[in-house]
Parts: sequence; structure tokens; C-alpha cells
Amino acid sequence: MSEMITVNLKIWRQEGPDTKGVFEKYTQKVTTEASFLEMIDLLNEELNNQGLEPISIESDCREGICGTCGVMINGQAHGPRKATTTCQLHMREFSDGDEIVIEPFRAGSFPVIRDLVVDRSPFDQIIESGGYISVNTGAASDANLTPVPKEAADQAFDAAACIGCGACVAACPNSAAQLFTSAKLAHMALLPQGQAERWKRTESMVGTMEEFFGSCTNHGECHEACPKEISLDFIAFMNRDYMKAKVKNRALSGQR
Amino acid sequence: MTQTTSERYRVRPIRERRREWPFPFNLYQTAVGRKWVMAVTGIGLLGFVLIHMIGNLHVYEGPAKMHEYAESLRNLGSGIMPRSLILWLLRLGLMVMFALHLHSAITLKEMSRKSSLNATFQGGEKKYEGGREYIAANYASRTMRWTGPIIALFLFYHLADLTWGWWLGDDFVAGDPYHNLYSSLSRIPVAIFYVIANMALAWHIFHGAWSMFQSLGINNPKYNHLRKGFAASFAGLILLGNLSFPIMTQANLIDEDERLCQVDDLEGTDEILACLTKQLEDH
Ligand code: HEM
Ligand code: SF4
Ligand code: FES
Repeated sequence: MSEMITVNLKIWRQEGPDTKGVFEKYTQKVTTEASFLEMIDLLNEELNNQGLEPISIESDCREGICGTCGVMINGQAHGPRKATTTCQLHMREFSDGDEIVIEPFRAGSFPVIRDLVVDRSPFDQIIESGGYISVNTGAASDANLTPVPKEAADQAFDAAACIGCGACVAACPNSAAQLFTSAKLAHMALLPQGQAERWKRTESMVGTMEEFFGSCTNHGECHEACPKEISLDFIAFMNRDYMKAKVKNRALSGQR
Repeated sequence: MTQTTSERYRVRPIRERRREWPFPFNLYQTAVGRKWVMAVTGIGLLGFVLIHMIGNLHVYEGPAKMHEYAESLRNLGSGIMPRSLILWLLRLGLMVMFALHLHSAITLKEMSRKSSLNATFQGGEKKYEGGREYIAANYASRTMRWTGPIIALFLFYHLADLTWGWWLGDDFVAGDPYHNLYSSLSRIPVAIFYVIANMALAWHIFHGAWSMFQSLGINNPKYNHLRKGFAASFAGLILLGNLSFPIMTQANLIDEDERLCQVDDLEGTDEILACLTKQLEDH
């Protein structure tokens, strides 16, 4: 059932990376059937009509799979609904007269580009430093040539669900990127295809992560904020693999 | 993406990678490795806290038995090694673990602070204008860096009080822990301080004894559900045991009225200790 509500918005406005930002207040009338981003679209249209600068906010797929749309909504990454990206959040989560504070994801390594848009490219740098497997190109091999236990496949799939949105870092009181990095490591380390580069990859991706982000204290806020509900188990898995990578000499890994 | 990853816009690292130290010291250079050290030293400290608590339960057997327990700690390994050597090695180990635990905690926190610089970082965590509704992080996990220093301060007070006898003055009898404990904890402010500090300790353990499993990568769906229960029970056990001492003293269940070797009647430490030894032999 749809209903018209009026929400009081308090939105972070910042011209560029080096300028100081401030909160601006707006009110917006909207149907509860609208998505959160549609509500912002309406507001932007009005700002545009008044000759004012619209609010910059990122979005692409608007179906919860690309990971661009994250913002903090009332102090929660991607807003109040569990396992939901900002684009999949609907105005029915709010009531008439609510104040909604919208601010960018914050972390030292996520500089604000403009308004609510932050630069999450340190994630790309973590991926660049090892988030791949090497396979020979050429004729495609037969499907299911490499047997994978169902449990491992499921678990790897869960890890691969990470959309790289950065909510984990934003929600973390330490600005740590453990959840993202461990998900990116686990979806390969759990599968046979990821074994060849497993240890080198772990060392190198964790190394890059530590250049940019804080140190995990196992609060668990990342998991709660994560729209894909990535499990904290992957963080423990990463910690274990990292120590193994550092301590063992892989030249003799065939030796029992 | 092409724009943001091209050299010009590339976000600069907050920390430069340093030259790697030789193994195994290089482990301590990385945050994950340092956290591992924090967890391992944490386990060592947990072991100490547990044994210390259990050992102190001897106080309920009276002054003579308590004296005997203290002596047996000093006599550990004697006959093979010089007296007190093992005790001193244990103390040295504890000091090293404590120092590493503290150093890793402080430096890792600093790393998190630096990683949150364009955010508001207050009281050990990042703040948002829209308030921050914590969902998973509990009070214990968010107060580790307050409970930790309370424990450190308490530890210093505790050593100065019952090991070095700074505050008991003439009332302090080296080698008669029952008497010292009674003299100290029978003062109400001291009892209250002990209660508060041990609540902080239990609080710290409540998060720490779970967190260490994650830091060490001890994680398996088979037993994961047991980890929080383990941490809570461990913290509860320590709390119960340690709180009993100030409370029982205040309730006069630990007192010196019935004591055979009355400290006031005897002259000097040697006589008191001799009396306690005799009492043990007569038993
Ligand atoms: C000077 C006193 C102490 C300070 C400043 C201190 C500080 C800390 C800090 C900041 C953490 C990290 C918390 C987190 O990950 O969120 C921690 C973890 C821990 N502490 Fe302490 N601590 C102290 C004493 C102790 C003592 C006496 C024990 C033992 C009973 C202990 C056991 C632990 C354990 C088991 C952990 C978990 C390590 C991990 O997360 O991997 N700590 N401590
Ligand atoms: S782990 Fe979750 S919160 Fe973090 S980047 Fe991936 S999808 Fe987003
Ligand atoms: S716009 Fe793609 S996840 Fe929200």
C-alpha cells in the first residue's frame, strides 16, 4: 500500500576532495513505493529546476549487484534494512516526518570526490596486487573437469558474492578492510583453481590492504553492514592463511 | 574506474611498506601478524590470570596453607635449580608477554586512527553525524582500550600493595600473604577498587577470549558456536573467583581473629614465618 510521506533530509555537501563539506537540509515529499535513490532523484530534479547544483551520488545497476551506491543513512551503511544495498532500500522503511542523515562512507583511504561519492579505488589496488588466478587461454576445458566438493563450491560462492561496495570499511570503527579482502581471497583459496598462487596472493593482498586500512578488532560491524552478509569466518580464514604463508617455505610444500 | 585508477588520481597509501625484517620478526611488522602476537600473549595472560585465581583460593584454607602455597611457588624446581629461579623465569615471561600485548594494542589502535583520518575519530572509534547504531560491536569490544589500561593501573597498584608493601608500611609482612591480603582488603576503598578492576578484567576477557580465536584463525563451523560461550564462562569464572576475595574479607569470612600466629604478638618477620611453618608441621 503506498502512502505519501515527507522526509527531512540532512545531506553532506562537499565540492571536491580538498574543500570542506557541510550538511545541508532539504525536505522531500515522496511515495513509500519509491526506492531511496528515486527519492534522491526527485530531490535532484527539483534542485536542478531551481538552478541549484544537484547532489552527487553514485549508482549504476540499481539492483544490488554492482556495489557503487553505498552511503551512510542515519549512521548505518546502506541504511537500516539488513542485507540490502542503498539502491534496494525503499522509502517504506521510513515514516512521515522522519529525519534522514545521509553522509558518505568514511575512511582515510576513501577520499570524498564530491558530496556522497567517495573514491574506493584502494579496493582496486588490493585486487590488482593478487586478486586473480592464472590459467592458460586457448580451447576451453570441459566443464566440471576439475572436481570441486559441493560444500567448497557453496562457500566460495558465498565469498564471491562480495560486490566491493565498501560498506564494511565504512561501518568499521577501525576503518579496516578485512571483510572485503578476506572475501576476495576466500573465493579463490577455497577452489582448486586458486591453489597455485594461494600463498603469494594472500601475502600480497593483505600487504596492500595494510597500506590503506586499519587493524581489525573483531567487532563484527562489517558483517552486519554488508549487503551480501559476507561471513566473519572468512576473516579468520584469511588470518590463518596469512600466517601460514609467512611461516612456511612453499618450495617444500609437497613434502609431508 | 579508469579515471580513478589512473596514476593521477591513484589514492596514496597511508603507510609506506618498510623493508622487511628477518623472520620471525617480520611477522610483527604486519598488522595481521601483530594481532596474532596480541592473541598469543593474551592466551599467556589468560593462563596466568586463571592459575593466579585458583592458587589464591588457598586463602580459604587459612594463613598457614597460604604461606605454604607462596613458599611452594618460590620452591618451584628447587633441588634442580636455584631457589626462585623458575618463579623469576615465569615472572620474566609474564613481563615480556605483557609488554608485547600492550605494545601491539597501542600501535594497532594508532594504525586504525591513521586510517580514519578524514573521518571524525573520537575515543578510539570513527564517528558519523547520523549517530552510530552498533549492531554487532558490544560494549566489551568497544571498551577494550579502556578496560586494558584499567587492568594495567590495577596491576601496578596490586604489585605495589601486596608484593612490595608500599602502602601497608609496618603492617606488611613479607612471606605472609594471608595477613597482607587481609590488611589490604579490609579497607573499604581498596576492596571497592579491587571489585571495579576485576570487573574491567572480566569485561576485557569477555571480548578478548572470543576475539583471539578469530585473530589466530581458529574457526570452524563445527565448533564456532562454542567460542562465545567459552569466553563468557572464562570471564565469569575469573570474575567469581577474584571478586570473592574482597567480598569475603569485607564479610569477615577472611579475618585474623582465629589466627594462631597473631602478627601483633610476634616480633619480626622471621618469628611470624617460623610460627606459620610450625603450625603446618603440627597439622
Ligand atoms: C595493560 C593491560 C592490557 C591492555 C592495555 C590490553 C589491551 C588489549 C587490547 C586493546 C586488545 C585488543 C582488543 C580488540 O581486539 O578489540 C586486547 C586483546 C586481548 N587481551 Fe588485552 N590488554 C591488557 C591486559 C590483558 C590481560 C591481563 C589479559 C589476560 C587475562 C588480556 C587478554 C587479552 C586477550 C585474550 C585479547 C584478545 C586478542 C585478540 O583479539 O586476538 N589482556 N587487549
Ligand atoms: S564484504 Fe560486503 S560490505 Fe564489504 S565490500 Fe564486500 S559486499 Fe561490500
Ligand atoms: S546501484 Fe548497483 S548495487 Fe546499488
